[in-house]
Amino acid sequence: MKFLSFSNPADRPLIIALMTTFVILLVGTAYTLTTQGTAPLFTPSYLLQQLQIGSFLGICAAGMMMVVLLGHIDLSVPWTMTAAAMMATTVGGPWAIPAGLSVGLCVGLLNGFGVSVLRIPSMIFTLGVDSVLRGLMVAHTGGFAPQTKASPLMRYLAADTILGIPVAIFVWAFVSLVIVVILTRAGFGKSIYAVGVKEGAAYLSGIRTRRVITGSFVASSLCAATAGILLAGYSAKAYQDMGTQYLLPAIAAVVLGGTHILGGRGRYLGTLLGATLLVFLNSVLSILQMPESYRQIIYGVVIITMLLVYGRGKQN
Amino acid sequence: MINKVKASILRNRGFTGAFILFAALFLTYQSMHPRGFSTAVLVQNSNEVVALAFVAIAQTIPVLMGGLDLSVGAVMTLTNTVASHVVTGTPLQMLFGAVVTLAVGAGFGAMNGLIVVYGRIQPIIATLATGAIAIGLALILRPSPGGDIDGDLNWAATNAVFDLAETYGFADNGNAAWLQPFVNIPVPLLILLVVALGVWLPFKRTVTCRTIYAIGSAESAAHLSGLPIARAKIAAFTLAGFFAACGGLYLAVQTSSGNADITQAGTYTLNSIASVVLGGTSLMGGSGGAIGSMIGAFILRIISFYFRILSIDPLLQPLIEGLVLLVAVSLGALRTFRVKNKLDLFR
Amino acid sequence: MDSVDFCCQAGSIHGILGENGAGKSTLIKILSGVLAPSEGQVIFDGRNVAYRSTAEATADGIVCIFQELSLVPDLSVAENIFIDQPPRRFGLIDTRKQRQMAKEILARIKCEDVDPDAHIRELSLSRRQMIEIAKALVKNPRVLILDEATSALTSNDVQTVYDLIAELRADGVACIFISHRMHEVDQLCDQLSVFRNGQHIKSFAKGALSEAEIVQLMIGREITAQFPPKRDKSLGETTLSVSDLRWEDSLKGVDIDVHAGEIVGLGGLDGQGHKELLLALFGALHGVEGQISLKGRPYRPASPALSKRLGLALVPEDRKTEGLMLEMSIGDNLLLPNYPEVSKNGVIDGGMAKAAIEKAVALLQIKVGSPDHPVETLSGGNQQKGVIAKWLMLNPDVILLNDPTRGIDVGTKQEIYRLMRDLVDAGKSVLLYSTDYAELIGCCDRVCVMYDGRVVSELEGDALTEKAIVAASLNIHTEAVA
Repeated sequence: MKFLSFSNPADRPLIIALMTTFVILLVGTAYTLTTQGTAPLFTPSYLLQQLQIGSFLGICAAGMMMVVLLGHIDLSVPWTMTAAAMMATTVGGPWAIPAGLSVGLCVGLLNGFGVSVLRIPSMIFTLGVDSVLRGLMVAHTGGFAPQTKASPLMRYLAADTILGIPVAIFVWAFVSLVIVVILTRAGFGKSIYAVGVKEGAAYLSGIRTRRVITGSFVASSLCAATAGILLAGYSAKAYQDMGTQYLLPAIAAVVLGGTHILGGRGRYLGTLLGATLLVFLNSVLSILQMPESYRQIIYGVVIITMLLVYGRGKQN
Repeated sequence: MINKVKASILRNRGFTGAFILFAALFLTYQSMHPRGFSTAVLVQNSNEVVALAFVAIAQTIPVLMGGLDLSVGAVMTLTNTVASHVVTGTPLQMLFGAVVTLAVGAGFGAMNGLIVVYGRIQPIIATLATGAIAIGLALILRPSPGGDIDGDLNWAATNAVFDLAETYGFADNGNAAWLQPFVNIPVPLLILLVVALGVWLPFKRTVTCRTIYAIGSAESAAHLSGLPIARAKIAAFTLAGFFAACGGLYLAVQTSSGNADITQAGTYTLNSIASVVLGGTSLMGGSGGAIGSMIGAFILRIISFYFRILSIDPLLQPLIEGLVLLVAVSLGALRTFRVKNKLDLFR
Repeated sequence: MDSVDFCCQAGSIHGILGENGAGKSTLIKILSGVLAPSEGQVIFDGRNVAYRSTAEATADGIVCIFQELSLVPDLSVAENIFIDQPPRRFGLIDTRKQRQMAKEILARIKCEDVDPDAHIRELSLSRRQMIEIAKALVKNPRVLILDEATSALTSNDVQTVYDLIAELRADGVACIFISHRMHEVDQLCDQLSVFRNGQHIKSFAKGALSEAEIVQLMIGREITAQFPPKRDKSLGETTLSVSDLRWEDSLKGVDIDVHAGEIVGLGGLDGQGHKELLLALFGALHGVEGQISLKGRPYRPASPALSKRLGLALVPEDRKTEGLMLEMSIGDNLLLPNYPEVSKNGVIDGGMAKAAIEKAVALLQIKVGSPDHPVETLSGGNQQKGVIAKWLMLNPDVILLNDPTRGIDVGTKQEIYRLMRDLVDAGKSVLLYSTDYAELIGCCDRVCVMYDGRVVSELEGDALTEKAIVAASLNIHTEAVA
């Protein structure tokens, strides 16, 4: 991987995101030093723990990036997560994870069909699918917290550690590796960029644009399903509405990583950095004991400010 | 003449479809309801629909421009909490409070517009971020639900015209002869129609509004025709903020309180997009209108009314709502299959 | 455009003639404020004017009707006509008055059948063009420029526009009229000017020169390019055979055969169905009727992906929007149609990809710094070579080219001519649409001239002359210009 260079405009958002993450950690450390006289934020155990919790968001963002690169968006992430988690815990045993992933596969195929064949704006189609999934899950559970438990493998993947490093981070790393290979080493990934830049030109180049779009939505839903399964493993159970708080941060992570919301441009490293930034921002705000209200405002201001800075870079 | 009507119906296919769907759903619902067509039922129904209808109208205007405002639900929540603080005291003070509430919403919308136009950030992302800011401000204003909005105002605004007159003692406490044709009209519906039509219809007759449509339809043609594009974009978001504030204000009066509910804000935003699409406005921009979105919001709410009378398991409600939305947009998408030049699909 | 001196007077109609790319459109873009001249001046009413926008020109009464439509499809006819200056009442748009005024102006252009409330989207191309004219009229022009404004019109509407222009002339308005239709210009205009290669060749009064002499002026340029020698071998088998191909209003029964080892040209004026023909053959159009056979087998063009697999390639009209992804790298662009060829199990083989790119770059002598640079850093000519290269990497049998040399330098043009000849000598077939007649004559073994969705004339050997092509594309008989 090439080193980031500030002179390359495409790298600039990544560098800014990286620097902002450091600033966030420094602010947190300054606070803990003055109040408790310790600096836990730069200890490995703290960082690993945060990344473990962050892996759910990171995996969602990885999938979201695949559709944002097309110039689309996937609003069905929340209930794809929940549905996958609920199906996994319902089936249980060795088939728990395949069951959860197959939920993701079906949702992705449905989204892909609606967007690529019916050509319904993804914004509205995935919103409808999300609502249908919610309906199915509410009907399935009767609206109560499901009593089923996560399988041991799910527990292991989400909550256990290898050599002191949480397994969830390995899962995140594995998903990241797959996405990076797809985006940089596979014809499919290159076609995603092409469709995102100019679908018409990609079509005239003989690219099967419908398959590309469907494939991206499947990737997104599979990632969401993986995140849902992990989250259920982490909490030992699935619960209602477990995915809702991941949708907007996932989109924000992708955009903060420099991926263009209208598609065609962006690197996975950026999404990784964007997700990390949000994870640490969240955790430092918790350390600062920031009430929810100020958290939300800081969240919004950080996103706007960073995008304004990116935009300024582009004009020069 | 008949041809003209026909052409007009065909032109507003989406709106006509929405209206027929609404009429069918509404009439069926009322005739199935044991107390169908009664004032009590109408009042109850309209109370449930007003806030969403306002938010749907708010969403419509950026959508017409080909943008999207993800902050409408949050702005509604923010203004809801603002109203719960300022709409108190004497009638004059309450009126002033209401004006302040609406101004806060419009101001927040104007900020969105400025960020989009001069910050050159895509509307969807800019409003995603400002939505968080609005929720944060709302939480500061109301860390927990509460507020003391005048009980009389609450009663008068959420019942029929008769109760309004009785509460404030005009028109012989609602018994005056001239008022009789109107006594059964639900006040919430009246508020919605007066505000929505009173603002939207005049606005539609401005070059700014025309520019909003033109931007959504063909931005290059709008440029060539010398239309004021930046002004129109800012105006679109400002109006979106204003209508969201109308929703927030009404919600505060209706519930006598303010509540900074994040989940509710998100639900309202998403439902507003669904209402806009159901009401026949294209998400690509350029065609549709606020009245359609209002109807779209009605449809969305009526579906939920059915669960009460049909003794369907209310657990199925989200499922059916989602299916209705998917089927409606898929029907609208069928004309994709008539496109002859496949390259046109990509434009 | 080179130094042009041109003037026209109030109360007269000035016609401008010239081939595609002769500089007519550039001239009017400068007059109406879309472009700024790099040198020289525009004098209007004795004042030296330099407009920076169309709005400024409009304020002075210089109104232009462009080829590209400036109408908003989702707004009504009345709204479009009065788009930025609607009649108002109490500060709001007076829709009733607007409709009334629209009706009046529609009556003036004899479009009473158009409902002022109809959306532009619902109107035919001809009607839309008439609305565009109405939109210009309400601005009270003192100079009215019509750029191919009649090319989309039906004959009735054309007559209306003539009458209208004559009427305006009587009111002292200066009209500049640009058209491909020679008899039309001849009939209507008081003064005529011929442009060629960005230069003003000659101005003369109506009737001073015969049709034949005018055609001579339009085409009489020195040959600027050298062409490789034509086919000397005998023809191969028929690779692509098209009969009675129809699509919407654009293709009305096209018959064409292309053999291995020959370059077949498509000639004629813009908008006669060439582009649609190429798109139809490549599978980008839906609802194409007629028989096509490819290499002896019946062929239904269902999608570009299928056409690609069967050995067709299309170099599209606009390399910037249809051919290339400007912000993506040169290498990625070249590989775009080729990923299956350089991948193993869906993963790109770096070595194979690199070799394929290097081979293509070498074959077409594309001047690149590095294949990792974005395509937009290349010159126009090298960009176009890139579009051709990405297809040649697939070794296609039939290559469809849509005006591949437009806007590129002479040197690169010659390389492309050479390349096409090499391809057909290697047994491939080339179907070339070009707006440059000299190119068609120099390159092609045979030229099919299209007019109104049909092939009206096939020229070959000695019959393939510029005069013949011009005559056939204007659909006038060759005798008239002999």
